[in-house]
Order: sequence, then C-alpha cells, then structure tokens
Amino acid sequence: MSAAGVATKQPEAVNYLNVDNSIKSWLLTEDHKRIGILYLVTISLMFLVGGIFAMLIRLELLTPAGDVVMSDTYNKMFTMHGVIMIFFFLIPSIPAVLGNFCLPIMIGARDVAFPRLNLASWYVFTLGATLGVTALVLGGVDTGWTFYTPYSSSFSHTPVIIAVSGAFVAGFASIFTGLNFIVTIHKMRAPGMTWFRLPLFVWGQYATSLIMVLGTPVIAITLLLVAVERGLRIGVFDPALGGDPVLFQHLFWFYSHPAVYIMILPGMGVMSELIATFSRKRIFGYEFVAYSSLAIAVLSFVVWGHHMFVSGQSMYLGMVFSVLTTLVAIPSAVKIFNWAVTMHKGHVKLDSPMLYALSFIGLFTIGGLTGLFLAAMAVDIHLHDTYFVVAHFHYVMVGGAIVAFLGALHYWWPKMTGRMYPEPWAKLSALIVFIGFNLTFFPQFILGYLGMPRRYHSYPDEWQTLNVLSSAGASILASGFILVAVYLLWSLRYGAKAPANPWDATGLEWKTPSPPPPTNFTQRPIITEEAYNYPIVLAKNGEPDEAVKQEEAEKHEHA
Amino acid sequence: MRLPFANIPIWPEGASKAAFEMDLLYLVIVGLTVFFCIIVFGLVIYFVAKYYAGSKADRSNPTFHNMPLELAWSLIPLALGLFVFGWAAKLFVEMQAPIQSENALNIYVVGKQWMWQMQHPTGQRENNELHIPVGRSVKLTLISQDVIHSFYVPAFRTKTDVVPGRYRTLWFEPTKVGKYHLFCAEFCGTKHAEMTGWVYVLSPEDYEKWLQDNRWGMGDEGVTVAQAGQALYEQLQCSSCHAPEQRIGPPLTGLYGSTRTLSDGRRVVADYDYLRQAILDPQAVTVSGHEPIMPPYRGQLTEQEVIQLIEFIKTLSAPEAPPVAEAEQSDDSGGNG
Repeated sequence: MSAAGVATKQPEAVNYLNVDNSIKSWLLTEDHKRIGILYLVTISLMFLVGGIFAMLIRLELLTPAGDVVMSDTYNKMFTMHGVIMIFFFLIPSIPAVLGNFCLPIMIGARDVAFPRLNLASWYVFTLGATLGVTALVLGGVDTGWTFYTPYSSSFSHTPVIIAVSGAFVAGFASIFTGLNFIVTIHKMRAPGMTWFRLPLFVWGQYATSLIMVLGTPVIAITLLLVAVERGLRIGVFDPALGGDPVLFQHLFWFYSHPAVYIMILPGMGVMSELIATFSRKRIFGYEFVAYSSLAIAVLSFVVWGHHMFVSGQSMYLGMVFSVLTTLVAIPSAVKIFNWAVTMHKGHVKLDSPMLYALSFIGLFTIGGLTGLFLAAMAVDIHLHDTYFVVAHFHYVMVGGAIVAFLGALHYWWPKMTGRMYPEPWAKLSALIVFIGFNLTFFPQFILGYLGMPRRYHSYPDEWQTLNVLSSAGASILASGFILVAVYLLWSLRYGAKAPANPWDATGLEWKTPSPPPPTNFTQRPIITEEAYNYPIVLAKNGEPDEAVKQEEAEKHEHA
Repeated sequence: MRLPFANIPIWPEGASKAAFEMDLLYLVIVGLTVFFCIIVFGLVIYFVAKYYAGSKADRSNPTFHNMPLELAWSLIPLALGLFVFGWAAKLFVEMQAPIQSENALNIYVVGKQWMWQMQHPTGQRENNELHIPVGRSVKLTLISQDVIHSFYVPAFRTKTDVVPGRYRTLWFEPTKVGKYHLFCAEFCGTKHAEMTGWVYVLSPEDYEKWLQDNRWGMGDEGVTVAQAGQALYEQLQCSSCHAPEQRIGPPLTGLYGSTRTLSDGRRVVADYDYLRQAILDPQAVTVSGHEPIMPPYRGQLTEQEVIQLIEFIKTLSAPEAPPVAEAEQSDDSGGNG
C-alpha cells in the first residue's frame, strides 16, 4: 500500500517507459515489459485487420444472395479473417503481451531467462505477420485457415506459400516465448516462491508454454510439406501425386487442436487472477485449478481426431478420440466450478475486469458445453462443418480468449501504462461486448442445427432472419471493441495517474510502482506467504472483523 | 419447425431413420447444457448478490478446499459425458452400416468442382439432384475427382467427406417423401456455396415412374453402369491381356471380393479401393506371379468411368449370370423397393 503513495508523490520516478524515449531504445529493448508493449501494438493492428474482415463477412451474409462481393473475394475474406485472428492475434495475445509483461514480475524476477530471445521472438513474429499481410496484399488466400489439402497444395490459385510461410515463421515466435517462460518459471522464481505459491496465471502460462514448445514444430513441418507439394510438386497429400489428403488433417489438427488450448489456457489463468482479486479471496481448490491446466495441456495432444469423425478415419479410432475429448472437458469444468465457489464468502466487487471475468464464465461455459455436441460422434456427423461449429469455437475463442484478454488488459492496464481508464465506459464496454457477442453467435447455433454449412457465400432464403440477427450482433460487438480502443488510448494522455495497487490485490506486480521501474523491483522480493492471501474472517458474527475493517479504512484513505 | 411469433426456423425437418434418434440425443445434450448453465449461472449470480462487497452476509470461516466437492464436480460431469459418448458412438456405428442392407439401392456419387454427379445402378444419371424411393436403404459410394468435398443432407442428419483417391460409403434410409437440401460441407474453392442441390424422396410408384422417364438418363442410352463399364473394357482393349485365354494379366472372373497376394507379399482384398488403384496405378499393386507391365490409367479415366469399370468387374464375379441379366435384376429389385 505504501508503494502507491510513493509513486503518486514522485511522478518523475524512473520507470520502464520514461527511462529512454528513443525509437532505438524500443526496437533494441531487452526489457520484457517493453517487448510486451511491442507485441500489444502489433497484435492490435492484426486484430483490426481481422476484425474488418469479420465485419465484411457479416455484411455479405445479411442477404441470402452472394451480392456484396464475388465468391472468390468472400472465400479470401473468411480465410484471412481466420489466419490473422488465430496465428497473428489469438495465439500470441495473452502469452506474448500480458505473459511477457506480468509473468517475470509475478514470480519476482528481473526479466525472462533469455531477454534477447524474447526480443527475437517479436521480430520473428513481426516478420511472420508481414508475410501474412503480404499474402493479403497480393490478393489474399482462399483456402480457409485450415489449409486443407489437396485444395491448398494443388488447386488454389492464390499465394498459399506466402501465407503458410507467415504462419510457419510466426510459429517460431511462439516456440521462443514458450521456451523462455518454461525456463523462467523453473529457474528464476524469487526466494520463497514455491510452485504452489505461484499465481495461477503463471500455472496457465506454464501449461501453455508446454504446448507451444511441443506442438508448434508439428504445424511448422506440416505447413512446410504443403509448400513443398505446392512448389515442387512432390506428392505428400495430393492423391494425384501419390499422397494422402487425410494425413494432412491428422498432422494439422495434431497441432491445431492443442493450439485451441494455447488460446484458452492463458485466459483461464487470467480468470483465476481476476476472480481472486475481485472476490478478495484465495482461489477455491488452488491445486485443482493448477493441475487442471496441466491436465488440459497433456490431454489436448490426444484429442485431435474429433475434427475428423466424417473424414473417413477408422470408426474405432473415432471412438477413442471421442472418449478422450469427453475427458478433456472435465478439467475445464473443474476450473469453472472452483471459480464460482471462490466467490462464496468473498467480498465481490464488480469493477470492469470482474465484469469481463463474469462474462467469460457465462460464455466459456456455453462454449465448453457445446463442445459436448461435437465430441458426440453421431451428433457431429450432422453438425460438422456447419455454423454450429462456428458458433462453438467463437464462444470459446472470442467469448473465452478475447474476453479474458480484455479483462486482463483492463486489469493490468494501470500497471502497464501508469494510467487509469474511465471506469464507467469500461463497464459499458463489457456489457456491450457481452450483448453483442451473444446476439452474433447464438443464432449461429440454431443455423448450424438447421444445417447451414460454414464458408458459404450464399445461403437459402429461409435462413435470412437468423443471419440478420447475427450481423446486427456483430455491429454491436464491433462498437464494443472500438469503444475499448478509444477510451484506452484516451487514458494514455488524459487518464488519472494509477496508484501501485488500484485493485487492492495481492501479487508481486501490485507491490511495485505503476508503471514498474526498468528492473521491476528496487529490491529482490522474498516470498513468505501463499498467493491470494487475503484477510479472512474467523469469528462467526455477521460483522467483518478488525483486520478487514482496518483494510477497508486504509483503502478509503488512498481513494 | 418455426418460432410461433416470428418467421424464424428453429428446427430442421427430419426425413431419415437416423434423424429421430439423433434429434433425441441432441435434445438430451441440450438438456444437459441447460442444466449445467443453470447451476453455474445460478451459483455466480447468487454469490455475487449475496457476497457483494459491503453486504452483511456471514463471511466467517471460509473454506478453500473441499475434496468431496471437487470429486463431485469432476465425476458427475464425467459420468454424464461418458453416457453421451456411449449413446453417440452406438448411433454412429449404426449409421455407418445398417443391419438391413440386402435390399439397399447402390448409387455412385462423384464430387467435383463444383457439382455432384450421381449414377444409378440402372444407368440413370443426374447432376446435383438425387431421386430416391422412400423407405428403402440407400448406399452411396462416393469419391471426389479433385479436392475434398462433403456430401451433406441436413434432413437426413448425415454427411461424409468425399475424398479424392478413395471410396467412401454413406448409408441412410429416407422415411418421408419430400424435397431436401443437398450441400457440399467441405470448403472446395470458388463456387463451394453453389455446390448444392436437392434430394427428392419419392413414393415407390413415383420413383418407378421417374426411373422409366429417365430411362435414357444423361449420355449413354439405356445402359446400366456395368454395361457402360463393359463398353469401356472393350474400347480400352483390356481383354487383350485380361481375357482368361491370354494368360498375361490376372483373370478378372471372380476377382471382386477375393483375396489376392501381391508381388511384394501383401495380401489384400480386391475391393473398390483396390480395383481403383489396380486400374489407375497398377504397378503399385502388381499381383504375385505377374510382370508389372500394365500401363497406368491415372489421368486418362474419369472417376465415373473407373466406377463403371469396377461395376463391370463385379459382374464377372458370378460367371453364370451374364452382365445384362444382372443389370436387369437390379432394375427389378428397384421396382420392388
């Protein structure tokens, strides 16, 4: 608490932002916090591009006829939307921005284990994103983000090799980040920071990093093989060249299903931080929440075949994947229940990060449960490649990962920038995003069971009303995102100065000034207590006890 | 089914034997979803309301661990999940190959950018339309000529990917006369969204009439698939090696469904996929005791022609019944269905 006072009284204190303002100091920085900011700028631009494509898709689908753009253009739009959002936004979003910024501070380290590798990761990522944008400028790719062969390798007339090179190169950024986090968490924890004192965000990042390091090489090789088949006509996947197209699907999903967990596990880590902070209570079942992240990471590697029930893979193989998919749902359920029960006997406050967290619980619960439909083999026959699947993964990827990213961004924004954003507008944005999101994607569940296939430029007339609802929702959702961008940018200049600990949270990142000094801490912290060690009431009366009263009084003093 | 107060469809028509059970299973999972949502949302709303900061609620002696609770919310969802898995797997298996399949109608489907070509065993051909009788099992044998497509009829609640290079089968039994959407569900290029059509389920009488009216379908006049294959067989002069008296290529009589030993020692069943490869890429599957001298036909035959050749080879399995008689037989059985 006292650190907050110090920070506000000395506005000119040296922090990681004002230590050197030159462009060179940013481009050659080895500070994990600055690299996090560099990533934030890059992925925000990519999100903007991907989002514009999403809006164009919804514009086209307002009417049943394919009348806004040509078929080829539409196919390129959904492909570029998927490629950009997945490879250049979602995968790096929480790990590379907030993981980079917060993880070393949260474990009491001065930086990540390999700061130069960390900077290299951003450059490699930017190169990959540039290749992706190059493919776009050259006319765009029309294969779908899944690059299914033999369409991608032998039939598409678009710059597929450049696009897969972009994803290939960006994959190395992912591996660098994952490697860095694993080593950092193993070797650089502050004295006293045992594994079970780690904030659960760190556990989430650790599980994510395992997948990044173990899974990404497989997609790299797979995409390379597509490029080889396309460029050199060496048969790997195209049966006309002696290859096997279903082999591609196995290799692709071997990475791309775990990649779903690369996107959601960090979000789950964020959730644990938000729920604990805004309930002022230690996470219920800490060990279960921690281990469930590892369980998800391990199981994520053995469920890929649930994308292939109708591809012609063996029926018995399908059953194995179906039952394993049922298993992977359990650790997620465990997390949801533990978060909910954490609020029991807490002091719940509905600040904007918490609104995003509650929104996550709602949307991710629906997203997770609708996965059960798709894991059930027979039902998947009907739902596979329909809008039901589109709705399901957007509930997980947008309702889960992006809502968690926004929650995290609001939560740590004061720490990252030293500024507070206008809270009423932030609350409004959480509400708009929640409403807009549901209106966009809930009708798509219905469209899916009705049988509307995904990636359709035109569709039968009887499905127009549901598509209009979805497009209307998309505009609301987009205005929510724009609102967030506007007030966050506004706050950089006009926002109130942030105290060290605006949320009254535990955790090392809140014990250092906002923004933190270049070395994170003036003194290496020594950890003597568990994570989320909020005061608890032991007496059995309705009134808060003395410790809590004192805490409240202290808080009012600062407010 | 539509919402009563708005013109919004909410439920697709079901017109196959599998549709009822799948809808039931779907509704059960919807029920489970709603159940868990109520629990989770209920807990969240209740706790937020009760333990909102500053409220007078009793917060003494909070707990942070509860093993029985953890087990309960792991094992109960697991049990329910496994129940769903089991039911869905059972239905999946049933949909793969129905028990009553003797009287099935075999139709061949070739997917290509961007159309569906159907061949009825009796020779009728149609594009992007499929006419079938109600109440009889239909077996589709599907292959793609280029990229991966997916044959999807929502009203039948079924689909299968249609892959180049290998045959797929799809079984269903239409239960309701009507006209239903056919879609390509796997993205296949520019006109993916236009690779659609209609499935017409007809009463047995109407189906019989349709067969008669389309006796001379598209292309060859009044020729069954096997007869078209025989014509190709002669045109390509396959018999100059494969006729039994030539003793150059392996004889084709009785070939379909038999087990063969290849020159590399593998033992394979001469099924659709094997025969296709033996025609298009014969040197990869040379039969033991023969020289690898047959020219590959890859790129020289359309998938429809390959199917015709295989159908012809199938008729050679029963030497006592000449191909024409066989074709008439299947035509008759069509009438009975």
